[in-house]
Amino acid sequence: MEFPQELRYTKEHEWVKIEDNQVRIGITDFAQDELGDIVFVELPEVGQEIKANTSFGNVESVKTVSELYAPIDGKVVAVNEELDGSPENINDSPYEEGWMIIVEPNNVNDVEELLTAEQYKEVIEV
Amino acid sequence: MKKRTPIFPAYEQESRLICFGGWMMPVRFSSIKAEHEAVRTRAGLFDVSHMGEIEVSGSDALLFLQQLTSNDLSQCRVGQAQYSLLCTEKGTTIDDLLIYRVEKQRFLLVVNAANIEKDFAWLQTHQSGDVKLVNKSEEIAMLALQGPYAASILQPHLKLDVNDIKPFHFVCDVPLFNIKVILSRTGYTGEDGFELYCPADQGIHLWKKLLQIGREQGLVPCGLGARDTLRLEAGLPLYGNELSNTITPIEAGLSFAVKTEKNAFIGKDALVKQKQAGPARRLVGIEMIGRGIPRTGYPVYCNEQEIGFVTSGTQSPTTQKRIGFALIDQEYAQIKQRIEIEIRRNRIEAIVVPRPFYKRNQKNGEVVK
Repeated sequence: MEFPQELRYTKEHEWVKIEDNQVRIGITDFAQDELGDIVFVELPEVGQEIKANTSFGNVESVKTVSELYAPIDGKVVAVNEELDGSPENINDSPYEEGWMIIVEPNNVNDVEELLTAEQYKEVIEV
Repeated sequence: MKKRTPIFPAYEQESRLICFGGWMMPVRFSSIKAEHEAVRTRAGLFDVSHMGEIEVSGSDALLFLQQLTSNDLSQCRVGQAQYSLLCTEKGTTIDDLLIYRVEKQRFLLVVNAANIEKDFAWLQTHQSGDVKLVNKSEEIAMLALQGPYAASILQPHLKLDVNDIKPFHFVCDVPLFNIKVILSRTGYTGEDGFELYCPADQGIHLWKKLLQIGREQGLVPCGLGARDTLRLEAGLPLYGNELSNTITPIEAGLSFAVKTEKNAFIGKDALVKQKQAGPARRLVGIEMIGRGIPRTGYPVYCNEQEIGFVTSGTQSPTTQKRIGFALIDQEYAQIKQRIEIEIRRNRIEAIVVPRPFYKRNQKNGEVVK
C-alpha cells in the first residue's frame, strides 16, 4: 500500500495535494482497499462550498455506502467527471485517475494542519 | 467472542472478515466482483458452515414437520430437498429453510445461522409424539461449490454420475477424498452447483481439496459479499431482509412454498386469508432509472406518498444495473410501475421489474466438458 510523501491526509482517509493555490482531493489507497470494488460516487457540483469535517459526497462499493469528509473549507472548482462512468479508477489509481475534486481553499495554510504520510500510517497502523 | 466455522483457520489470513449473524465470516477473498464473475462463468467455493442443521426423526417426524412448515413435505421423496418456511400463527416468518428427506421419517433441516437457537426452541416448544430433535449445527461443516463448472470439477473424483443427481436432490454417504459427504444439487446463487455436508472436523480438508482440484478450471474461494450479490440477481430472498418476523411468505412472493390446501400448519389460517384477499403489500424487483443504488431501508415513494421500503439492493455485477427488492403497497406492485427511491433525501426514479434479475442459460444436469 502506498502513501506518497508529498500528500497530506485525514483520519477519514482522504488525501490532499497542493497544486499552486488549489488543492486536489481523493481517498487513500487504504480507503479504496477497505471499501472494495467501488461502483458509484456522488460528488458536489462546481461552485459548491465545502466545509472541513463535514460530508461533501459519498462513495459506494458493491456492499457499502461511505461518506466523504472535506479536509478543509473551500469552494469546489473542478470535479472528476470520469468517475461517473469509471468509478473503478478509484480502486485502480487512488492518487491519480481516482482524484475526486479540486478545491480553492479559504485558507491554504489549513493544509499544513493535516496529517503527514507518516502520521497517517500511524492512524491506520501499517 | 464471535463464532468461527471449522473452516476459519484455512482462510483467516487470506480473506477480509466481517461479522455476520454472530459469526466471523469471509466477506471477500479477492474482490466481490471477481468472485461473482467466477461463479457466473466458472466456479466458486463458499464456506457456509455457519448455517444450522437440525435433525428431526421418529415415527411422527413427517406429521410433526407438516404441522410446523408451510410447504407440503409429503410431496418430498427420500433423496429430495424442499424449500419451506416456519411461520408464526400470524403467518409471519420465523425462518426459511431447506428440508432434506434423508429417510422416510428422518429429515435434516438447514436453517439460517442467526436463527439456529430460535428455530430449535420453536421446534422443541411444539414437539409431540415420537419425534426426536437434534441440533447438529456444530457437528456439520457445509460448503457450497457453485457455478457452471461445479459438476465437471467434482465428477472425476466421484464414483457416481453427478448427472444422476437432479436439482433439489441429494445423495448421502458419498465418498469424496476419503470423507463421507452429503452431496446435494442445491445452492443460493442462481447457478448450477452443489452443497456438500461433512463432519465438522473434516471440513477444512474438504475445503482445501476442492480448491485444489478446481484450480485448473478457475475455481476460486468466495465470500459472503458475492453470495449476497449472486442471490440478489437470482431473485432469492434473504432472511432478515426480504423475510422477517413481520413479513409473511405470501407478501414475499413465496406462495409456491405455502400449500394452503394441505392439513393444518402453524400460520395456515392467516396465510389462507392473506392469499384469498391478496396481501396489502408485496415484494417486488426494482431497477433504478435515475442515478443511485438502492440500499436496505431506503423509503419508496409514489406520487409524494410513502409506499414501502427497499429490503436489499446493489449494483448488479452481471448487468451493471442498479437493482434491488422493495416491499411496497400492492396497488403499486405491478411490473413497469414508476416509483421513487429516497436516497440521501433525494427521490430518484426507479421502476418495478420482474424477478429474477438473472437467469442462467445452461441446463442443469450436464457436465461441462
